[in-house]
Formats: sequence, structure tokens, C-alpha cells
Amino acid sequence: MAALLAAGDVLADKTISAFVRRTVARAFAVVVTLFARFVTAVRGTWVGNEPSRKRRIYFANHTSHGDFILIWIVLPPRLRRKTRPVAASDYWLKSKLRSFIGRDVFHAVLIDRNKETRTEDPIALMQDAVDRGASLILFPEGRRNDTDAPLLPLKAGIYNLAVSRPHIELVPVWIENLNRVMPRGEFIPVPLMCTVTFGPTMQVAEGEAVDAFIARARDALLALKPARNGSAAS
Amino acid sequence: MNIHPDLLNLLMGIGAILVVASIAGYVLQQRFSPDGSNSAIENLNERIRAWWVMAVLLAIAFIGGRAGVILLFGFCSFAALREFLTLTNARRADHWSLVAAFFVVLPYQYYLVWVNWYGMYSIFVPVYVFLLLPIVSAMRGETEDYLVRIAEVQWALMICIFCASFVPALLNLDIPGFEGRNVLLIAFLIVVVQLSDVLQYVWGKLIGKRKIAPRLSPSKTVEGFVGGVLSATLIGACLWWMTPFTFPQAGLLAFIIAILGFFGGLVMSAIKRDRGVKDWGHVIAGHGGFIDRLDSVVFSAPIFFHLVRYFWSVDLPA
Repeated sequence: MAALLAAGDVLADKTISAFVRRTVARAFAVVVTLFARFVTAVRGTWVGNEPSRKRRIYFANHTSHGDFILIWIVLPPRLRRKTRPVAASDYWLKSKLRSFIGRDVFHAVLIDRNKETRTEDPIALMQDAVDRGASLILFPEGRRNDTDAPLLPLKAGIYNLAVSRPHIELVPVWIENLNRVMPRGEFIPVPLMCTVTFGPTMQVAEGEAVDAFIARARDALLALKPARNGSAAS
Repeated sequence: MNIHPDLLNLLMGIGAILVVASIAGYVLQQRFSPDGSNSAIENLNERIRAWWVMAVLLAIAFIGGRAGVILLFGFCSFAALREFLTLTNARRADHWSLVAAFFVVLPYQYYLVWVNWYGMYSIFVPVYVFLLLPIVSAMRGETEDYLVRIAEVQWALMICIFCASFVPALLNLDIPGFEGRNVLLIAFLIVVVQLSDVLQYVWGKLIGKRKIAPRLSPSKTVEGFVGGVLSATLIGACLWWMTPFTFPQAGLLAFIIAILGFFGGLVMSAIKRDRGVKDWGHVIAGHGGFIDRLDSVVFSAPIFFHLVRYFWSVDLPA
């Protein structure tokens, strides 16, 4: 662990050549990917949709820090490179190692969730990334869901982004089981099978109000949640 | 590294069968499904490809000897446990029991098999883990569905770790005149079980009419069961030359293995139906998950082990 942190310090040093940084980041991505596959055997399924090179906004339920990694893994490798997760800078800039993982390994678009102190508008940052040709992975719940409810209320940011960039397709994504792999506050993952389900593309309709769209997005997400019986409680 | 000629013969025989199967699959595809539209034929070819992978992995493990076999089945246990626990009610309060199951119980059981400590690997999971793991879950104070949760975890450990580890444990048997060839016992077990599965499927497709357990496994028929078990028994008997058994002994053991394998498949199907899933997982194309492929092996391995140990082995305590 100490070695990792030290490595993080070295890599965060701006004087290290960009080439070394990029190489280490690539290697790191491979290791993270292999580890995630080992633990979750994750499989992606596309329901009424296909992988596409078009710019897209994948919006998903959020239960774990590993969520975007799973989505990233199940995307075809060609699409991976131009797909950037949108993540909270208050988490990902906390240490040099995290910042290396967030920025260099996964090219995250880092946004500040704190309205009082932030200097840059999150929507503007996302618009900028999209305008440069990236697809985004977005978690519209705004924070990790560790309640028993399947989904927290969605924030309006995704609506504002979609309205300002109307040609971009929105793809609902449901991540199943990752919250059981690594519940909040635990640090050793339990290997369990995870699935990532991509649903049909959607867009904001002409003149659609924010509440109506958010309700539709929520339904689109919940529709992808696998039904499974066998719960002892039911 | 020395490969016993019997093992080589067997591996070449399996290779020849798979070559024939691949050619047959290719011809069927060319004739009936050139555009990939016949799902039965596509599934057959997927299965044959997966069989190749499994056969090659087994061959590598066999040639790798003791370490290879233990590593392979240790990984199978890991993958099976990952699938099984996914379908259980385990929740946050069980996190540490599950971590212990994967990262302590599983490696330790295979370590015990590796060092050949029979007195421990035959009771570690059914006695020690059975008693200790519920304590770990109880410490978190979550009582809802407690009995269901600990029972499910114990069942998962018995099936996926304990029973599966008896396949490599066959290497530990000390059979006079059979030294250095124990890997062929594993080959015998696996060939008989898997051929029995395949032949039940084939007989069922050819002449199957009466369903044997419509609620558990709608595709299994009486005709498939009888035909599959009898032909697997015959093939098992014909493999006597690579075992310490005589022709009728090999046939009897093959019969027991095939029967247990069949009912093992039914039991695991009952669990799947209860949980509302068709397959245990999605890792092996055409077959589903690891448990879908291992269920019959897991049910027959411990009993095959104990029968051979009791009647053929000399390491019984005086």
C-alpha cells in the first residue's frame, strides 16, 4: 500500500515525462480491468440497442466506486478510449493516487459537487468534453445509493446537458450486483457475478419538461433491472 | 514430466472424438444453418468449441500433474462459488463470512488436499467451517433470515468447495500397482460423467418421449436417462484398462457415477428454478456457467472417492 502511494506521488509529479505517465496509466488500466473481471465476471447485454461509435451519454445507477469501471470494461475496446466517466472531484482529487487513477487512467471529467465553493460549472465541463468528441458515463443520482431503494431521485443535470446538446443519444444502463460485491465501508470485495444492461436510446422530446423527462429516464433505468425471485423475504 | 501411455491414449481418443464432433457440427451448419439462423445448431457448435477449451485445459492440468490439477479445480471452485453465492440471500452482514469463504476456506481446503491431510480435508468444511462461519455472521447482529442465510452459505461451500475438491483428492489415493497413474482416476470420473450428460441429451433428442422431471428440467426424458446411463456405463466399463478396476467393476462404478451425476443435475436445476434463472452464469458460451457444467461431477466425485478409497486403497488406518 505504501509502495502504491509512493508510486502515486511519483506519478503525480509533473516533471515525469508524459510518455511514462501514459504507459503506466495503460498498464494500470489493464490490471484494474483484469481484477474487475476476476471478481465480477461482468457481462454486458444490449437490449434494443447496439454499441455505436456515435457520441453518447451513458447514464447509470450508482452503487459503488467501481461502477464506471464495469461499464467501461463491457464497452467494445474501440469505444472505451473515447468514453469518459463523469466523477466527483471532491473524491477523485483527494490523494495523488486517486487523481492519477481518475485523470490519467480513466480520463474522468471531474466535477465539483459543492455549489458554494466550485469555480467551474459542471454542465459546462461536460459540454466541453462532449464537444471534443467524447462519450460520457454519467450517474444522475449524484451520489452512491446505499439505501434499500433501487434508485435515488435523479438530478436535473442530465436534462440540462441533453437539452443543450440535442443530437447526442442518451443510453440508460443498469449495473446489477456491484453493491453486494463491495458494500459501503468494506475494503475487501466478495466475488459475485455482475451484469451491465444497456437499454434503448432515448432523447429529450420537443418541449419536454424537466420533470417529465426525469421520470422517463428513471423508468428506463428501472426497466433494465433484472427481475429475480428467491428472496427469502418475499 | 512423464506422461503415462494410458493417459496419452485417452487424450488422443478425446481429441479424435472432438475432431469428429467439430466436423459434424461444421457439416450441419453448412447444410442447415449457413446464415446462423438455426439456434439449435449454433448452440451445438458453441458447445463443441467450449468442449475443446475444457479438454485442452484438462489435458494441460493432467500433464502439469498434481499442481496443475489442484490449481484447475481450485479455480473451478472459485468460479462455482462466485455463481452460487450470487443467487443467495447473503447481505451486508454476511460480508466477512463471504470474504472468509473465498479467501480462507477455499485456499485452505485445496492446501489440505495438496499436503494430503485426509483427516482434515474430509472434515474441515462439514465440521469446522460449519460451526465457525455462522459465528462470523452472527457477530454483526443482523437476524433477519439468519438461518436461511447461513444455511445457503454452508450449502454453497459444501457443493462448490468441499465436494469439488474431491476430484483432485483422487490423486491422494494409494492403490497398489497403480502408483503414478492416479490422474487417470480423475480422467475416468470426468469422462464418464460428461459423456453420460452428453449421451442423455443425445438419446433424449433421438427417442425421448416421457418427461422424467417436467417441473425441474423440462428437457430431460426417461428414454434419455436410461439410454444415457446405460451407454455411459458401457463406455466406463470399456475404459477399465486405464483404471485399477476389472471390466465389471469399472462398469459398476461408471453406473454409480452416471446415476449420481444425473440426480446432481436435477438437484442443481431445482435450485435454479427456485431462484428463477435458467443458467448459473454466463461464462462458458453455450453451456451457461461453471456450475451448469460441474453439477454432475460435484455430486459424483466424493462418493466415487470414498468407494475407491474403501475398496481399493491401502492407506486406511489400521
